[in-house]
Amino acid sequence: MVQYNFKKITIVPTGKDFVDIILSRTQRQTPTVVHKGYAISRIRQFYMRKVKYTQQNFHEKLSTIIEEFPRLDGIHPFYGDLLHVLYNKDHYKLALGQINTARNLIGKIAKDYVKLLKYGDSLYRCKSLKVAALGRMCTVIKRIGPSLAYLEQIRQHMARLPSIDPNTRTILICGYPNVGKSSFINKITRADVDVQPYAFTTKSLFVGHTDFKYLRYQVIDTPGILDRPFEDRNIIEMCSITALAHLRAAVLFFLDISGSCGYSIAQQAALFHSIKSLFMNKPLIIVCNKTDLQPLEGISEEDMKLVMEMKAEAMKTVMGQGGEPTDDEGVLLTMSTLTEEGVIAVKNAACERLLNQRVEMKMKSKKLNDCLNRFHVAIPKPRDQKERPACIPQAVLEAKARKADQAAEKEKRKLERDLEDENGGAGVYSASLRKHHILANDEWKEDIMPEIMDGHNVYDFIDPDILQRLEELEREEGIRQEQEADDDFEMDGAELTAEEQEALAEIRKKKSFLIQQHRMKKSTAESRPIVPRKFDKERQFTSERMGRQLSSLGLDPSLAINRARSKSRGRKRERSPERGEDAMDVDNDQPSKKLRLRSRSRSRSRPPNEVAPGEGFKDSAQKVKAVKLAKKSVKKRNKDARRGEADRVIPSLKPKHLFSGKRSIGKTQRR
Amino acid sequence: MRLEKCWFCSSTIYPGHGIQFVRNDAKIFRFCRSKCHKNFKMKRNPRKVKWTKAYRRLHGKDMTQDSTFEFERKRNRPERYDRNLAENTLKAIKKIDKVRVDREARHHAMRMKGKKAMERKEAAKELEQSIHMVKAPAALQQEASLTLPKIKVKVSQEQSQENRMEE
Repeated sequence: MVQYNFKKITIVPTGKDFVDIILSRTQRQTPTVVHKGYAISRIRQFYMRKVKYTQQNFHEKLSTIIEEFPRLDGIHPFYGDLLHVLYNKDHYKLALGQINTARNLIGKIAKDYVKLLKYGDSLYRCKSLKVAALGRMCTVIKRIGPSLAYLEQIRQHMARLPSIDPNTRTILICGYPNVGKSSFINKITRADVDVQPYAFTTKSLFVGHTDFKYLRYQVIDTPGILDRPFEDRNIIEMCSITALAHLRAAVLFFLDISGSCGYSIAQQAALFHSIKSLFMNKPLIIVCNKTDLQPLEGISEEDMKLVMEMKAEAMKTVMGQGGEPTDDEGVLLTMSTLTEEGVIAVKNAACERLLNQRVEMKMKSKKLNDCLNRFHVAIPKPRDQKERPACIPQAVLEAKARKADQAAEKEKRKLERDLEDENGGAGVYSASLRKHHILANDEWKEDIMPEIMDGHNVYDFIDPDILQRLEELEREEGIRQEQEADDDFEMDGAELTAEEQEALAEIRKKKSFLIQQHRMKKSTAESRPIVPRKFDKERQFTSERMGRQLSSLGLDPSLAINRARSKSRGRKRERSPERGEDAMDVDNDQPSKKLRLRSRSRSRSRPPNEVAPGEGFKDSAQKVKAVKLAKKSVKKRNKDARRGEADRVIPSLKPKHLFSGKRSIGKTQRR
Repeated sequence: MRLEKCWFCSSTIYPGHGIQFVRNDAKIFRFCRSKCHKNFKMKRNPRKVKWTKAYRRLHGKDMTQDSTFEFERKRNRPERYDRNLAENTLKAIKKIDKVRVDREARHHAMRMKGKKAMERKEAAKELEQSIHMVKAPAALQQEASLTLPKIKVKVSQEQSQENRMEE
């Protein structure tokens, strides 16, 4: 029994809203940041993801719409026809078909653009492809906007349709407008249908529920039907016609005896005859309403004849069911909804008729056997008079007997809780959880075994044949140790002698010293100008030093020192008296002159404060001061590695660090 | 209670130490201290970090395959308690440990074996190449000893005697 519930269909958004929803979701749920510096595959992936995501969302939402709206062919024909009557089947199908095509189109667009995106070579191109893809998808949705609006309208209307179960017990009320159908349903059910003096107050089907013999019946109120040819009927009438046509229900045809509805009995009879084809196989009851205004007996002859004709027709339906045509009363009834007389009788009659018909139908169908089994217990027929009681095993009987005895003694089993109480209560006594363990030896029950030892889990080592394996291991180890002892010693020979070791140590010391010096030089290299040796202040390159170094290497330094000293300019040799013999020689004069001219004048080292007569100093103190000043001025130039006073060379005219660069804090208005 | 292994450095994690991290695919990572945890968060590969056991095993610094490792295996089904078995197991653990330690020491010795020879070779080469720093080649030709003879200077005893006299 499927309950048709059209209230559960999700809202169909309008075209614009749809687009907005999906696009904003794409924007929120996919990553948003991409730069043109990223790897191209990453950029492509980023945009492909967006396109795919949008397509997936559209697909999802459109699919839900298509699936949730009922397929007119797949539902009960009553609903199918009702929906057709209300909304026009073709239009409905077209709208859903458009949604479907839109879904496929979007899928295709996404596929094409993803293919193109795979070969996008710049961020800009990928971005424009994505924009184009999304744009096209949104235009597709915009185009189906009217369909979406139409489906939304349908959905709203469908949600308000009364939930009629086409398979359960139903009573249908039909007749001309204003005959009293809605008042009847108001009387027998809790439905609150509008009752007004004008015709077509009820414009659609209304459902109420009532009970009879512990069963629930649906009562359906229909709008009034006019006597017109089938094609001329409007939607409202078609609703009731549909209900009549498809629901297997008991039909109550209402007749207004008094004629206060505005239509005569003749007209109503005409209507009856025109729709009597719809009453096939349905229990039909003619109800004459408004008897307080005009009792049934008091109508005219022709009207009576018409009524009898209708009754005859109704009788046919009774006979057609194969039931006994005895209940004459159940076919034509009178009542008045105003005074409420006969209302219950009508309802009972209708329910009774319907129930009987349904039971008969069920009896004829195959499902009955299943139902019958539920009500019937098969008992084998007794073969003979022998008594065969139920078989209960002996042990069970004994146990039962014992239990009866024990119950008299009221013996209770000792619980753990009692044990605990005996031994001092909750804080004092802790139950031994291992009391019931099954071990090979009962003494082991309370054994404490360590879980951890020496950084290992003991449980990882437990093995039934651990002893055996341990033995093997020890044997292996023993063998290996023997082997080791054999081929342990291998000396290479060729050890260094003590002398060689000493020399090596010396070498290493000197090397480390050099390295140390170099490191010191390197660390001060930036702040130290590269000054040529003649300005060297420390005077480290002396001949004594050379002599010491040479002697430390084992060489005789005297020769070297003499050579160094002789190369330094001395006049002694040129002034030697041996040269006297050559004084007469003119030729030799020239060489001596040349020598004299070429040799630079050598200043004999004097003590610093000795004032030579031509120098212009007052006394030695002044000379010392003058020397000091001279040294001071020269020092700065030396440090700047300048050749002299006039050396104004600027190695780099526009050093980059002064003419470029931003400041980390502050303005760069002047440089 | 179980002693676990740190995922990063493979050291044992005693109860009350370290952090466990459970990933969304339900894999559990245990760390012995925050050093390992922070390295893990930095996504460092323990096989490339020098001080971890994983690196040492991978690069052959420590012993990898040995029969002593097979004694220790995580068993999922507990055995029924047997006192004798427990006793034997505890004794066995100690012996197995000893064997394992011995084998590891041997592995280390094997690894370091060639070092002395190499050192000697290097020293000889260095001596030959750089001897000119200590003794000039010329001097070496004359006298073959590598180092210069040490000159011993006699300290005069007179002064001490004078002092004594003054006292």
